[in-house]
Amino acid sequence: MAAAAAPAAANPPRWEAVGLHADEYRDITARLGREPNDVELGLFGAMWSEHCSYKSSRAYLGRLPSRAPQVLVGPGENAGVLDLGGGHAVALRMESHNHPSAVEPFQGAATGVGGILRDIFTMGARPVALLDGLRFGPPDAARNRHLAVGVTRGIGHYGNCVGVPTVGGETTFDPLYAENPLVNVMCVGYLERAHLQLGAAPGPGNGIFLIGNRTGRDGIHGASLLASQGFRESAAELRPAVQVGDPFVGKLLIEACLELAASGRLRGLNDLGAAGITSAASETAGRAGTGVLLDLDRVPCREPGMSAYEILLSESQERMLLIAAPEDEDYVVGVCRHWGLEAARVGTVTDDGRLRVVMGGVPRADVPARHLSHGAPKYRRPARLPEAPVPWRPDPQQYPDLRPQEAQAAAIELLRRPTLASKRWLYRQYDHQVQAGTVLPPGAGDAAVLRHRPTGQGVALSLDMGGRLPALDPYGGAALLVAEGARNVGCAGGRPLGLTNCLNFPSPERPEVMGAFIRTIDGIAAACRRLGIPVTGGNVSFYNETGGRSIHPTPAIGMLGLLPDAGCARGSGAKAAGHGLWCIGPLGRARLDGSEYQGLRWGLCAGAPLRPQWGIERALLALLAEGPALASAHDVADGGLVAALAEVVLTAPARGIGLDVALPAPRGRGQAARLDDLLFGEGPGRVLVTVRDGTELQAACAGLGLACRRLGASTGDGVVRIAVGGQPLIRLGPGELAAWEEALPTCLD
Amino acid sequence: MRAAVIVFPGSNCDADAALAWEQVTGGTAERIWHETSDLAGAEAIILPGGFAYGDYLRCGALCRFSPAMRAVVAAAGRGLPVLGICNGFQILCEAGLLPGALGRNRSLSFRCETVRVRVENAATAWTGACREGEVLELPIAHGEGCYWLPEEELDALRARGGVAFRYCDAAGRADPGANPNGSVDNIAGICNAQGNVVGLMPHPERAAEALLGGTDGAAILRSALRLARAGAMARG
Repeated sequence: MAAAAAPAAANPPRWEAVGLHADEYRDITARLGREPNDVELGLFGAMWSEHCSYKSSRAYLGRLPSRAPQVLVGPGENAGVLDLGGGHAVALRMESHNHPSAVEPFQGAATGVGGILRDIFTMGARPVALLDGLRFGPPDAARNRHLAVGVTRGIGHYGNCVGVPTVGGETTFDPLYAENPLVNVMCVGYLERAHLQLGAAPGPGNGIFLIGNRTGRDGIHGASLLASQGFRESAAELRPAVQVGDPFVGKLLIEACLELAASGRLRGLNDLGAAGITSAASETAGRAGTGVLLDLDRVPCREPGMSAYEILLSESQERMLLIAAPEDEDYVVGVCRHWGLEAARVGTVTDDGRLRVVMGGVPRADVPARHLSHGAPKYRRPARLPEAPVPWRPDPQQYPDLRPQEAQAAAIELLRRPTLASKRWLYRQYDHQVQAGTVLPPGAGDAAVLRHRPTGQGVALSLDMGGRLPALDPYGGAALLVAEGARNVGCAGGRPLGLTNCLNFPSPERPEVMGAFIRTIDGIAAACRRLGIPVTGGNVSFYNETGGRSIHPTPAIGMLGLLPDAGCARGSGAKAAGHGLWCIGPLGRARLDGSEYQGLRWGLCAGAPLRPQWGIERALLALLAEGPALASAHDVADGGLVAALAEVVLTAPARGIGLDVALPAPRGRGQAARLDDLLFGEGPGRVLVTVRDGTELQAACAGLGLACRRLGASTGDGVVRIAVGGQPLIRLGPGELAAWEEALPTCLD
Repeated sequence: MRAAVIVFPGSNCDADAALAWEQVTGGTAERIWHETSDLAGAEAIILPGGFAYGDYLRCGALCRFSPAMRAVVAAAGRGLPVLGICNGFQILCEAGLLPGALGRNRSLSFRCETVRVRVENAATAWTGACREGEVLELPIAHGEGCYWLPEEELDALRARGGVAFRYCDAAGRADPGANPNGSVDNIAGICNAQGNVVGLMPHPERAAEALLGGTDGAAILRSALRLARAGAMARG
């Protein structure tokens, strides 16, 4: 069903105030058999918002492969769940909190963390790690600094207080995001399969309980006003719609819910996020095919005189909905009281399939539950598929190659770029060690690795977010991200098990955006099929635009991998002097299209990024997971070879490590034709490894059909030396490498 | 040997502390909820890190009103070894078992990183297994670790050997550059006059397993065991 524009009028039609279209209003009226009253209209406005209903994306999300033996819970629940074996499982999900963070960065980011945590422990899983994908404009502008500082503090505030380590993520600074920052947060949690909780409300007659914070007036219409439209008014006016988080109550809620989940006495558990009680109640009923009767007089409120509308749509944080048999009410209240939380029975599960709300003894709303929760239209909006990208053919006069004597300065300038520079300024504000399970902390490897105590396995986590490359090629850019996430997990020693994702886009009402979205889905789906990785769920964030300026397609992939033994986690930096440095994969398969260097040197983002070659990617994953032991492994990504080589030294666990590298001369034609292609070009399927003796490595690569070339060796003098075609071009000593460490503190402190 | 790990609403390093104690000492650790004053016959007490009561009012301010904390104060008076880690250190100061206060980091931001501390007093209940002058690598994770004491009280503290740990560089020098939070005289941890109550900002329970990055914290936990054994031997 196409969405018709609402007619312009002196008095705007009542559906517009809640963000609905005329066609949607007609559908609601037809199904109800009458026009909805004001409360019911508010419910539909929230539940049928883009953020809650996924109406512009649902038609296509089914293309993502989500079935595999290890998937215990796929898309459609609060989080995906993957099997770890031995009766253990891991839950994962990623969510966006872009719009609230643009308005109020500290609370926006904090409540984003709070929300994704709830998505995990609502499954009965204990949250054990957080990762975040952040996008800001360049830090030379005060507003972007304000956002970066606020978001970082907000993430730290919530995660640290709640006791869940933030172990990884990705942050870039790019003009593409100047008006529209992105905050994507991923959470992972462990559970026993026997304690898995689903967000359904079975069993007519069961009690519906609200536990946690009292309900106040914060955040009403956060979903429909903030997350489902671009910004037109001043951000300050929207501040009442931003929720405020309390991580202390969040922590108590985690403990109470996990204790209740382990008791086996819960019939259902759901978190209250966007659209508050309304979404929790209607979704749980919708999933189970039952109905709910809510008595709003029983809802503990923070302020007197709240209306039914306000109570139903409040997005007050740190609240959970649970379903339990009436005879278990005392038990539920007792557990909550132990943890200092309020618990109130606010309703009953019914068998009439309707969401009925009563207040003061008077019916306030009566709508079909599943129509509210799952009945929003599935739009197939007009889509204009993107043209096939055309490789950049730089005119040598206008875009001259790097001269050999310029290589040194270019390398230093690239390493200083905020996007490539050390992110320690951010992650040192996050407790990354609480819960005593972090084996590879931030900055030590291409993926974080946690120890799963019951089985001794390692859980590898990587969050990879696109920007420049998906802007040029939505399909290829998305596929590249999946390949990169898998490669990062592989470098750390793991085999990819499953992924979650967050798709950040501008308005879907523009055909070119819809086209890019569809191609992004297709790219992720193709990559997942070729690599055998299921999608366990995720999030779509549309309307990332302000006053006409919008972001480019920015998919974020959260990859989870498994290591048989957490002790085998592998870092990215060289461990000792005297180890051979090898490049696995096609060394010269790289180009400047969409690269950081192209942006740095000429202010451009142009061309066609190289797409993954699946045979190579699969072989790399097999080598990294099952091949000979390696001292370190590091994926070549943003910034190309030079950045990756520097990082092998910059992330070395010991001090004083250096590298002596000999690269072949550029070929003058074909791939890596120019010096700048070779040094700074970007392309998938390349991994830098160090190993004391490369004999087994060479044999393994030959067996897998992987190119394998010795580039040099690690040294003990702390200097990175890169020669090209026998000519020394780049020398990065401790002084030059310090620029990488200092870049962010210099602009953000 | 049994340790009691006191758990307040908002404590979040209690499981880590209990596990580390059991791993390092081979003993048992009982987690004690703040509402009870029964310490389950513990021979050592650990106040773990976290955000007890959400840091309401001030970090650790409300804990002293809980039944568990009253029991801890009584046990400390009887000479039981009591270790306060991070938030636990803040709680001990607020409860009056240790002098001084912990304020906001000078940098005004939360810091999570590995630092070095020098053992200044190897005769406390929690440093008996260390050597004086030994340099330990321990993780910190705090936003309010800046220890402060008025000048006269600081002199008295130093004079009686009350400084247990100082932040230091690789060579063991108490260099201001090695101080992550601006605490006075680079103080990272202190002890009471009797030497049985020790508070420190770094987390020894996070450095008790090689897999997680280091084992320098194990000696701190083992010290209490040593004390118990010595006590047992003394008693015959």
